[in-house]
Amino acid sequence: MSARRAALAATAFAVAGACASFASGQADTRRSGAEFMSPATQAIERDDTQNPAMLWVADGEALWIRKAGRAGRACVDCHGDARISMRGVAARYPAFDAVAGRPVDLGQRVDLCAQRHQQAESLPPESGPRLALESYVALQSRGMPIAPPADPRLDAWRDRGDALYRQRIGLLDLACEQCHDALSGRRLGGSVIPQAHPTGYPIYRLEWQTMGSLQRRLRSCMSGVRAEVPPYGAPELVELELHLMSRAAGMAVDAPGVRP
Amino acid sequence: MARAIVSVPPAAKRGDVIEIRTLIAHPMETGFRADAEGRRVPRDLIRRFTCRYNGEVVFAAELFPAAAANPSLVFHTIAVESGTLAFTWEGDNGFAQTETAAIRVT
Amino acid sequence: MRAPSRSDGTRRRLLVAGAGLGAWLVVRPAAGASEDLAAAIRAYTGGADARPGRVRLDVPKLVDNGNSVPLTVSVDSPMTPSDHVAAIAIFNERNPERDVARFALGPRSGLARVSTRIRLATSQRLVAVARTSDGAHWSDAIDVVVVLAACIEGES
Repeated sequence: MSARRAALAATAFAVAGACASFASGQADTRRSGAEFMSPATQAIERDDTQNPAMLWVADGEALWIRKAGRAGRACVDCHGDARISMRGVAARYPAFDAVAGRPVDLGQRVDLCAQRHQQAESLPPESGPRLALESYVALQSRGMPIAPPADPRLDAWRDRGDALYRQRIGLLDLACEQCHDALSGRRLGGSVIPQAHPTGYPIYRLEWQTMGSLQRRLRSCMSGVRAEVPPYGAPELVELELHLMSRAAGMAVDAPGVRP
Repeated sequence: MARAIVSVPPAAKRGDVIEIRTLIAHPMETGFRADAEGRRVPRDLIRRFTCRYNGEVVFAAELFPAAAANPSLVFHTIAVESGTLAFTWEGDNGFAQTETAAIRVT
Repeated sequence: MRAPSRSDGTRRRLLVAGAGLGAWLVVRPAAGASEDLAAAIRAYTGGADARPGRVRLDVPKLVDNGNSVPLTVSVDSPMTPSDHVAAIAIFNERNPERDVARFALGPRSGLARVSTRIRLATSQRLVAVARTSDGAHWSDAIDVVVVLAACIEGES
């Protein structure tokens, strides 16, 4: 990557960070995980012709218009053009689902829609079609500020997520905040520790060699500290995501991201 | 059919050197990995890529297990005439896929 | 690789250097590696020398993750019918196999530059060898540092 493009990339990321400054005038020190990657990986994320996540986006775009389920209905039949109807949606998830009586994240929402409104089979967590639709919807919020809904039904869940973020877990007896608040920017092994903002999800993770959700990433971290890993869809994972999105409020969505 | 993304400038001047970018979804399973039970995951690779410009091969690649998953190939060709660029990926387990793109050369 | 054994209901895994759960089974020991690399290059050139020069191998010196390393190889050549690059081959030192990729170019290419993404099992040397239309071979080599992922993931 040329020095000039590297400088432009650094400027673009810095501007994105600065735009998330609070009204108080205090400098916003929050940075997307993308800023902790090498310039080469940043270049892949910023190029839609080279970002492997765009393969899933393309799949999502195709699935959006495909009729499915016993209802024989496509997403487009209810939602219309995703570029309009899904604009800003990913930025305000997780959201409360009245029928389920709990908050759901974007992947769960896609699955619930498929089951309820298409009368289709469930889309399992981390499955190709679910990640494809999640990526396609998340793309429609790219560049927009994360905007957690001011819904009091979310409060208790978000507070539990906050507590989980600070709770030591696992054989390594580590809490998220110990690495991601106190030690971000420093190194764990050869890797730089990011701040754990969920701005880029779902992501193409080089370690996985495929696309994955925030729930997968949280489970990987918990496994990494040798803690018991909750199953996909567990309430703790949604609680943590609620907290992380609240903590990242105002930061720009940079989905679908590439991460090491 | 695997998802593929091909980027070709839709138009070019005769004689221009154009850059073509390709990306295709494929696990590129090396055959060296083991699953959680310790069983070797069988090799499943894209082996060959060919770009034909109005039928003539202008670029080809042979890929090995060291090629990354969801392989990307970026290469160049001279815009000689209007027509069709055809991109073919072939590999293990009968994998064969062709994508095309039109180019207008003035 | 031994089958994993169980005790107290816990599965133990043999952790091998490399990225991810299904890690590389083999990383070539340093002793045989560079000779194998030289042999692979000689086999490609038919025994002829691959002179350093005209070729530029661009790979980040320190990579985020060995699973996907961007690589660009370019060759200084007019790419005319009488003087062009016919082929480029990339070799590695310490993956299970020496070959990485081989590219076929020609006067229709216009520019001898190809980019792709490769896998590197560990820190090692990469060599690019270009075969020009006059039958000569030119090369470039680069040493790349690959670090292991910070956390070994085991979730399923």
